[in-house]
Amino acid sequence: MNLPLLPYESSSYAASVDAIFLSLLLLCGAITLAVFVVIIFFCIRYRRGSSADRTHYPSHGEQVGIEFTWIIIPFVIFIGLFIWAGNVYYEMFSPPTDGLAIYVIGKQWMWKIEHPGGQREINQLHIPVNRNIVLTLTSQDVIHDFDVPAFRIKHDVLPGRYVRMWFKATQTGTYHLFCGQYCGDFHSRMAGSIIVMSDLDYAAWLQGSGTQSAPESLVAEGSRYFHSLGCSGCHEGSLVVHAPSLNGLYQQPVPLQSGQIVVANDDYLRDSILQPSKNVPAGYQPIMPSFQGLLSEEQIIALIAYIKSQRNDLPPNSRDQP
Amino acid sequence: MTQTPEMHFIPRENYLNQGKTLVSWLFTHDHKRIALLYLISITFFFLIGSIAAVLMRIELTNPHGEFFTSTTYNKLFTLHGVIMVWFFLIPSIPNVLGNFLLPIMIGARDMAFPRLNLLSWYVFMFGGLFALASIILGGVDTGWTFYTPYSSTYSNGWVIAMAVGIFINGFSSIFTGLNFIVTVHKLRAPGMTWFRLPLFVWTLYSTSLIFVLATPVLAITLTLVALERGFGVGIFDPRIGGDPLLFQHLFWFYSHPAVYIMILPAMGVISELIAAFSRKPIFGYDFIVYASLGIAFLGFLVWGHHMFVSGQSIYAGMIFSLLSFFVAVPSAIKVFNWTATLYKGHISFEAPLLYALSFIALFTIGGMTGLMLASLAVDVHVTQTYFIVAHFHYIMVGGAVMAYLGGIHYWFPKISGRMYPENLARWAAVILFVGFNLAFFPQFILGYMGMPRRYHVYPEEFQFLNIVSTCGLPLLGLGYFLPLCYLGWSALFGRIAGPNPWDAPGLEWQIPSPPPSENFPCIPVVTRRPYDYGTNPDTHEPEETEEESHAR
Repeated sequence: MNLPLLPYESSSYAASVDAIFLSLLLLCGAITLAVFVVIIFFCIRYRRGSSADRTHYPSHGEQVGIEFTWIIIPFVIFIGLFIWAGNVYYEMFSPPTDGLAIYVIGKQWMWKIEHPGGQREINQLHIPVNRNIVLTLTSQDVIHDFDVPAFRIKHDVLPGRYVRMWFKATQTGTYHLFCGQYCGDFHSRMAGSIIVMSDLDYAAWLQGSGTQSAPESLVAEGSRYFHSLGCSGCHEGSLVVHAPSLNGLYQQPVPLQSGQIVVANDDYLRDSILQPSKNVPAGYQPIMPSFQGLLSEEQIIALIAYIKSQRNDLPPNSRDQP
Repeated sequence: MTQTPEMHFIPRENYLNQGKTLVSWLFTHDHKRIALLYLISITFFFLIGSIAAVLMRIELTNPHGEFFTSTTYNKLFTLHGVIMVWFFLIPSIPNVLGNFLLPIMIGARDMAFPRLNLLSWYVFMFGGLFALASIILGGVDTGWTFYTPYSSTYSNGWVIAMAVGIFINGFSSIFTGLNFIVTVHKLRAPGMTWFRLPLFVWTLYSTSLIFVLATPVLAITLTLVALERGFGVGIFDPRIGGDPLLFQHLFWFYSHPAVYIMILPAMGVISELIAAFSRKPIFGYDFIVYASLGIAFLGFLVWGHHMFVSGQSIYAGMIFSLLSFFVAVPSAIKVFNWTATLYKGHISFEAPLLYALSFIALFTIGGMTGLMLASLAVDVHVTQTYFIVAHFHYIMVGGAVMAYLGGIHYWFPKISGRMYPENLARWAAVILFVGFNLAFFPQFILGYMGMPRRYHVYPEEFQFLNIVSTCGLPLLGLGYFLPLCYLGWSALFGRIAGPNPWDAPGLEWQIPSPPPSENFPCIPVVTRRPYDYGTNPDTHEPEETEEESHAR
């Protein structure tokens, strides 16, 4: 449903957000109008010199009763609003596990997009309709914000860490992508578009988007770095250096030397590449060199994509045996 | 008002003519004169901030950003925000009306620390010089929020100079807050119990608590930004080991309470105006007092609602959302109580009441849209858009500035000893109300349509509403310009007001206008609760007996 003055409702939760907003509008509008009507009525009836009856003023006890009435009723309404809007918020920021994973890097002043198949675009994001899309976003410099009004979603994109967003576009078409967080000179030009396509069009786009016929996939690219940067020397079946295997690691709990247990998500992998001594797994020595400053955000993303892809080569419990 | 037939005169000796030299003004310890020093200073800053706003609105009539470069536009909105927040809104009501009225309202001859009061103004001006210098040298383009790591590492502007200006300015706030708190505690006249204090004093007291408790956090935060920017100490920039969200937590821990610094005194002024022009005690005095204190307290616990999409934990977001709904309750209490105060009153429609009614209308709209912003899922869509811009202008301009102007009109006879032209003032209030709504209401719609704030290049579908918004500008400007002119003229040539033109019971109306330097020749003894407008023969107010007031 698209309403006048409201932007297109083009994502699975756009209608839920609009429903809350319109209910709030009705509720708040009604209360505001009621207050205005009462004020105007009092102003006319009790204007100076009018003959309106001013006796029988509420007693002290009655006044206290009135006060508690208009304290408790809004309070109850507010709790209801909080729960309703909080639920939808929880849904918006709980990405599904089966989504199409796309990486986004923000920098002054453009959006760089990387698809799992290796397709890259700038300031444009092509996605298929009716599929869960999970974005992993980071920034190369300052804070940006990935803002798609038609999907009713935005999230700040921070340097030095990953944030995740998800949406399911429900209508094909081209929608605005804005940078929603002030990021310097050309902030207002850091805009682009989201192109939602039918499955057929999307498949065709994937085939023929790049200049080269078949771009190298992110995993393949990551595998290349994994070997050229020397990661494989230690992390791949080495008997000389004592390093944990990365097979089946992604999203598994990792016991750390400090006694904590963390989940090996994107941020953990990122930190382990850039600051290896921050989270040392239990039973290992902090001997890995830091790659801080040596890798671009794109290379880190490719490496993580490669590590994520290493799932089924070995049974998961073999990882625990050094 | 009933015209009293007797002739009024300006008292031979009053605070205005006790010394006519510039030095007598610059070295005065008289809280009333310091209030006027503030009045002149913040009017100057208001003009600077307004010019920036005018230029921005002109720029926004065109979607392609044709008049200014992006850098210039970014500097304009930063200038507008910084000047209006720290150099106009925060000092406006507390330092002008508060300084003038607080000692008189509680029956004191001056502040507890008159020299500190003067120092506060000098510190304010010194901070202002830094801010002006950073503007003249080339400006700052970070936005008034100074988000890191942009402000600490990437911006090319005079960030440190501006930060130093705001840092110094903060001490002015702290001095004022300290002075107000001590004055209210120590200098109340005999019989002026806490629950006989006018509500304006209560709100100044609540505001002062925030001044003293929150402002140091801003000073720390800006110092950290300057340390990172000047010396490369890694605090906020992740490239050198910092955390960018830390800045936002620190900044909003100050800046959210700062919103209440701006609106609480405004609420106090409105309570005075509504009571005076309906000639009734305020409805639910105790509840309004506790609501003020409640706002001051809860205001410290809701900063995270600026950060629902920032990357803070979503569970933190939920707590902040719930607390933000809670802080809306005391604000709602106040609106309902003002409305109820009109009930069975004797309402007359002088300009101050028109401003007060404008305040209630605009503050209600601002507050209601605040509820929408507290609703998590809705906030995700509208935060960082024009919806936010409209929301806080409804609170800050529709609320705080309306109350400031209402208060200036109401107490103008006391400050100057003369009356302003009533009909002209009524027209100015109406023009301001219409112009304000024309300028800012379209921005709610723009925001929900998705237009991000701080954009001077924008998609063409947003142009129409932007032009409508800019059309409100001439009216808004006229609404400000008229009072500036006629109040200036009336201060010199207006009809002589006499001590109590509104026939009001507050202590400030029991002394001559303009008041003598020492306010009260002998300190009054207070025997009644405030708002005792019991002079109308047909009112039946529940009179409080002596026993009741002693029982308090």
